[in-house]
Amino acid sequence: MKTRLDRRRFLRIAGTSFSIGALFSVFAPLARGAGGEIVARTLSDLNGEAPAPFSFVQLSDTHVGFNGPPDPLGTAAFEAAVATINKLRSRPDLVLITGDLTHDADSPDEHARRFRLFKEIAGKIGGASVKVVPGENDAALDGGGMFRELMGPTYYSFDHRGVHFLALDNVSSGKPAVGSEQLAWMKSDLARFPHTAPIVVFTHRPLFDLKPEWEWFTSDGDEVLNALAPFENVTILYGHIHRENFHQRGNTRLYAARSLIFAFPDPATTAAKKPVPFDRERPFRNLGIRVVKAGGEPVIEDVELAMNEYSGTVGMDQMLKHGKEDSIDE
Amino acid sequence: MNITSKIRVRAVSSALAVVIVTGTPGGHRWGQAAYAAGQPTIVEIKAKKYEFSPNEITLKKGEPAVLRLTSEDRTHGFLVKPLNIDADIKPGQVTEIAVTPGLAGEYIVICDHYCGTGHGNMKMKLTVLP
Ligand SMILES: [Cu+2]
Repeated sequence: MKTRLDRRRFLRIAGTSFSIGALFSVFAPLARGAGGEIVARTLSDLNGEAPAPFSFVQLSDTHVGFNGPPDPLGTAAFEAAVATINKLRSRPDLVLITGDLTHDADSPDEHARRFRLFKEIAGKIGGASVKVVPGENDAALDGGGMFRELMGPTYYSFDHRGVHFLALDNVSSGKPAVGSEQLAWMKSDLARFPHTAPIVVFTHRPLFDLKPEWEWFTSDGDEVLNALAPFENVTILYGHIHRENFHQRGNTRLYAARSLIFAFPDPATTAAKKPVPFDRERPFRNLGIRVVKAGGEPVIEDVELAMNEYSGTVGMDQMLKHGKEDSIDE
Repeated sequence: MNITSKIRVRAVSSALAVVIVTGTPGGHRWGQAAYAAGQPTIVEIKAKKYEFSPNEITLKKGEPAVLRLTSEDRTHGFLVKPLNIDADIKPGQVTEIAVTPGLAGEYIVICDHYCGTGHGNMKMKLTVLP
C-alpha cells in the first residue's frame, strides 16, 4: 500500500522577493509540522534517499560580452545578481544558470574571453554550487566544442538531497532540438527512479511551442515531455525567451526565468521580436528577477532590481556611450 | 553528375503536401523530372547571414511550387511550422522543397539553424493567396 501524497507537499517551490533570478525553496514544508516527517519517511522509502530542505536559485541569459542599446550596462545586472545571492541570509545550495551565459562572438578568441569573464563573475557566488547548460549563443556554432572545453558537458544529471536534477542541451546541434542520442540517455537516466521522485529539469529553450516564429520552441520537446509525463513531480526551468512564463502540461510545470541582459516583449501583443528598449531611469526593469510561489495556483511576480547600487559610481550618460551596435539575438 | 543525398517526405496533411529533396548544385534535372507532371512554379531563394533573398514570396493555394534553396555561406534553416516545412540549407547543395499549399494565409519563415549573432532575426514572409 502506498500513501498517495499531495505533490505540492514535497516539491514546493517558494520564491523570495529579494532574489535576482528565482530562489526556490525545496521541501520547505518538511521543516515544520508532524506531517512533514511522514512525507519525508514515505519519500525515503519510495525514492531511496530522504529529501532534506534546501533552496536553489535560477539565473538565465547573462549574455556576457553583449554590448548594445538594449543594455549598455553589460554585465552589471549579472554582477548585481551575484551580489544579491551572496547577501541572502539562507544561502542557496545551488545556482542553476539556464544558458546564453555568453553572447556569441564571431572570433573564437573573443568568445573564449567572454566565457572566462562569465566564469570570473559566476565564480564570485559564495557557497553554492553553480550548474550551467548552454544556450545557442554558447554552443550552436561549434557543436558545443568550446562549451565542453571551458564549462563541461552540455547535458548531465545529478542528485541533490533527494531531488534528481537533469541538465538538457537543446542548442548545440544548431537546431532547436535535443536529439535522439540525448533522448535515449535521458530515458535510461530516468529509468532507475520511481514515478514519485522529484525531478528538476533545466535547459535553455522552451520544450513546447511557445512561439515558433520567434524560435521559442524545441522541435522534439514533446518527446522530452512524454518521457517525463509518468513522473508526478517535475519542474522544468528554462530561459531563452528573456521574460517570465508559466506553462503546465499534465504534472509537469515549466517556468521561464527573466534574462540578465534585456527583455523581450510579450509575443501575444507584439509583432516584432525586438528587445524592450533600455530605460535609463530604470535600467534593470524587466531583468532578472522571477519569483515563483507555489502551493495552490502558482503565482509569478515581477520584482525589479534597485538601481541605487550603480548610481554615483558611473554616470549613466557615460555608460550609455558604447561602441558599435552589436547584433541582437535572443 | 547528379547525386541526390537526401529525400525526406514531410507530414502530408490534407491541407498540404511537402517534399524536401537535397541535391548537389546543378542537380536541377532531378527536380524537373520529378515535378514535370505538375508544372510547378520554381522559386529560388538564397540564404546568407542573416537574410533570405527575396525576403518575401507569394504562392497560390492548390498550385504546386518548388522552392529551390541555396546558401551563400554556411548552413541555415528554413522553418515554417504551420506548413510542416523544416529544412536545412547547406552550402554547396540545393535543397528543394515541393509544396502545394492547401491553406491561404501569411506565414513567417525563420532560419532555425543557428548561424551567428544576427540569427535571431533571420526571417522572411511566405504568402499563400486564395
Ligand atoms: Cu541563418
